[in-house]
Amino acid sequence: MNDYQYDNQTVTGFIVSSIFWGVVGILLGLLISVQMWRPEFNFQPLFTFGRLRAVHTNGLAFGLGVGAIFGLSYYILMRLAKRPLLFPRLARVQLYLFNIGITLAAVTLLMGYTQSLEYAELEWPIDIAIVVLWVMFAVNVFGTVIKRREEQMYISLWYIIATVIAVAVLYIVNNLSIPAGLFKSYHLFAGVNSANVQWWYGHNAVGFVFTTPILAMFYYFLPKSTGIPIYSHRLSIIAFWSLVFAYLWTGAHHLVYTPLPDWIQTLGIVFTIFLIAPSWGSVVNGYYTVGSDWSKMNTNYLTKFFIMGITFYGLQTVQGPTQGLRIVSQLIHYTDWVPGHVHMGTMGWVTMTTAASIYYVIPKIYDTEIYSEKVANIHFWLVLIGQLIFSVTMWITGIQQGALWKAVNPDGSLKYTFVETLIKNYPFWQVRTLGGIIFTAGMLFFIYNIYMTMRRGKTPEMAKA
Amino acid sequence: MSGGIYSKPIAFAITATVVILIGTSVTMFYPMMTVQMHPKLDSLKPFTALELAGRDIYQREGCVNCHTQTVRPLKTEVMRYGEYSKAGEFAYDRPFLWGSKRTGPDLARIGAKYPDAWHVKHFLSPQSMFPQSNMPAYAFLKDARLDPEAVEAHMKALGFPYSPGEIQALKEKTDMDALVAYMQVIGAAVKKTAAPAVAAGVIKETHIPNPLANDQKAIARGAELYAKECASCHGPDAKGDIGPSLVDDEFFYIKGDLPDDDYFEVINNGTSEGSVEDGRTARGGMPGYKDSLKKDDIWSIVAFLRSKKAE
Repeated sequence: MNDYQYDNQTVTGFIVSSIFWGVVGILLGLLISVQMWRPEFNFQPLFTFGRLRAVHTNGLAFGLGVGAIFGLSYYILMRLAKRPLLFPRLARVQLYLFNIGITLAAVTLLMGYTQSLEYAELEWPIDIAIVVLWVMFAVNVFGTVIKRREEQMYISLWYIIATVIAVAVLYIVNNLSIPAGLFKSYHLFAGVNSANVQWWYGHNAVGFVFTTPILAMFYYFLPKSTGIPIYSHRLSIIAFWSLVFAYLWTGAHHLVYTPLPDWIQTLGIVFTIFLIAPSWGSVVNGYYTVGSDWSKMNTNYLTKFFIMGITFYGLQTVQGPTQGLRIVSQLIHYTDWVPGHVHMGTMGWVTMTTAASIYYVIPKIYDTEIYSEKVANIHFWLVLIGQLIFSVTMWITGIQQGALWKAVNPDGSLKYTFVETLIKNYPFWQVRTLGGIIFTAGMLFFIYNIYMTMRRGKTPEMAKA
Repeated sequence: MSGGIYSKPIAFAITATVVILIGTSVTMFYPMMTVQMHPKLDSLKPFTALELAGRDIYQREGCVNCHTQTVRPLKTEVMRYGEYSKAGEFAYDRPFLWGSKRTGPDLARIGAKYPDAWHVKHFLSPQSMFPQSNMPAYAFLKDARLDPEAVEAHMKALGFPYSPGEIQALKEKTDMDALVAYMQVIGAAVKKTAAPAVAAGVIKETHIPNPLANDQKAIARGAELYAKECASCHGPDAKGDIGPSLVDDEFFYIKGDLPDDDYFEVINNGTSEGSVEDGRTARGGMPGYKDSLKKDDIWSIVAFLRSKKAE
C-alpha cells in the first residue's frame, strides 16, 4: 500500500560522518587535556591549546552534534510525515557540503582564523557556507512537513522546527561582522554589546543544538525502543512552549559581575531559574513513560541509555541555574567547574541519547539486529564512568580554584600567588585525562558495534517503507 | 489536544518564531538601541596599527581561551588584578575579549604592569620565569614579520586613524613586537589606582628601620621569596636582568643607598613612570606586591637584600 521510499542512504551518510568527526573531536579533547598539565605537548604554531580548543569544541558541536542532528532529524521527519524527504537530492548535496564545511572549519581554525566568539569562531566565508547548509536543512524540513501524510505533528517535529528557526536567527545575528580580508573580520558589535550578543547566542547554541534536537530524538526514540507511549502529551506541550520561550532570556548568566548592565544580568538569572521547570517537564515525562514498566531497564538495552541521558539532562538543568546565581557564580565562574558542567551535558546527555538513537536506527536501516548488546553494555558503563570521573573531578577543582583565588592572610593580603593556585590543579587535570581515556574507550566500543552491525546487515537502499 | 497549530506547520512555525523573539528583543535587541550599551571613556583611544596587529595575534593564538580580560568588582579580585573593569573601556573591542576561563591569570590590568622585556622573556619561555607554568611557549612569534598591507586593511575596516608612516614602520616589526605592544595597552584607559601607601608621610619623616633587620630566619625566608617572586626579573643573584641590579648601590639611576622603608615602599607599591622615591624619579615597570605579600614577607625580602648587598 505504501509506494514511497525512505532515503536511508543520506541518513546513514550523516550518521557515519558524525561518528567520524566525533572521533576527531574526542581525540583532540584528549590531547588538549594533556596540554593542561604538560605544556610541552603544545606543538607550535598549529597544535597549541589556544587553537586546538576551538577545533575540539567546533568539531564536536558541529561535526558530531549537528551531523547526527541532520541525519536523525531526517530519519524522524520521514517517519512522522509518513513520506520521503521532499528534496532527497538536496539532502544528498547537503551531506557532501556538510563534510566539506567541517573539514574547512577544522583547517582554518588550526591556521588561526577565528572570530574569537565561543562556538562562533569560524570566519565569515565558512559562516556563509553554514548558513547555506542550514537553509538546505530548513527547506527539506518545512517542505516535508508541509507535504506530510499524517494530520498531527508529533512532539519531535515541534522540537525540530524550533531548532531550525532558532539556530538560523542566532547564527546569523551573532556572526554579523565587518570583513577585513578573506579570513579576517571584526564583530559588528563592540565591547559590552558584543558580549551581550555573543552570550545570547552562546547560551542558546546550547539550547537549540544540545537541547531541542536531542529532545526530539528522546521523544521519538524512547517510545520506539520501549514500545511505551509518552506519558503525557499535555505536559510535553507545556514543557515545549515554556522552554523555547524562556531560553532566549538567559544568555546574560554568562556575564555575571561583568560591566554588562545589572538589569540584563538579573533578568538572565531569573529566567535561568525559571528554565528548571520546562527542562524537568521533559525529565518527568521521560521517567513516567518508563515508569509504567521499569523492567525495561533490564530487558531493553537502550532504555538505560535514554533514562541515564535524561537524568544527566535533569542534573544539568538544575546545576546550570544554580551556577547562574550571583553567590555561586562569584566562586566558580572562570574556574574548571564550568567545563565540568558542560561535559556532563555533552558526554552524559547529548552523546548518550544520540548514541542510543543511532543504536536504534542503524539495525532498522540495515534490516538486522544490533551486533552485540553486550558490547553496547560495555560502551554504556565506560562512557558513564568516564564522564562521571571527568565532571566530578572538575567540580572539585573548580571549587578549590575559586576558594584559593579568594583566600587571604590574617592581615588581609592574598594568601596565594596565581601560580600557586595553578599547580594545585595538576593532579585533578591528570585525573580528568584518565576520565577522558575511559570515555574514549567506551566510544570505541560503540563504533565497533555500529560497524559490525552495518557489516552484517543489508546495504541501505531507498528502502520500502 | 487534537488539531490546533499542531496540525498547521506554518502557523506553528510563526508562533514559535514570535515566542523565540520575545526574550531576544527584550534582552538583546532593545538594549542595543540604548546608550547604556555603547559607553566610552574619554581616556579611551583607538588601537594604533601595531597594537591592533598585536590584538589580531592575540585572537589568532586563542589567548582568550585561557585568559579573561574583565576584573569583577569583588574585593580579592581587585586586590589580585587591579581596578575592576568599566563598561566604557571596551568601545573599540570588536569582539569583546573578556573570555570565560582563567586557566591563566586575568589580563585586564596587564598593561604597563611589567616592562616590555618581561613580556618578551615570558613569551619566549614562560617556564623560564615560572617553572611550573602550563602556558605554551610562543617563541615563534619573534621570527614572524608583520604584513603591513593586511594591518592597514584591518585599520581601514575598523575606521581607526593611522598615518602612512605608522604602516611603513610595521615592516620592521615582528609578531612579538605587536603582541607586546597590545599587552601594554590593555586596560590603559583606566588610571591605575594609586597604591594606598602605608602611611607614606609618617614613614618618610621618621624613616622606620626594618624590624627584621639581621634576623637570620627572616633572611632565609626573604631568600626563598626572592627566588620565587623577584629572581625572574632581577636575576638569581640580584645583579639585574630585566630589572636593575639590587646590589650595585645604585637606585633609580642615582648612586647611593635608600633607607629600609623605601625598599619596603617600592616592593609594596611598585613603581610607575615618574613616581618619586626619596627624591629619585622612577621609570616604572615594577609591579606592587602589597596584595600578594604579607608585610613581614616584604620586610624579610628587604633583610635578604641587605645581607646580599653586604656580601
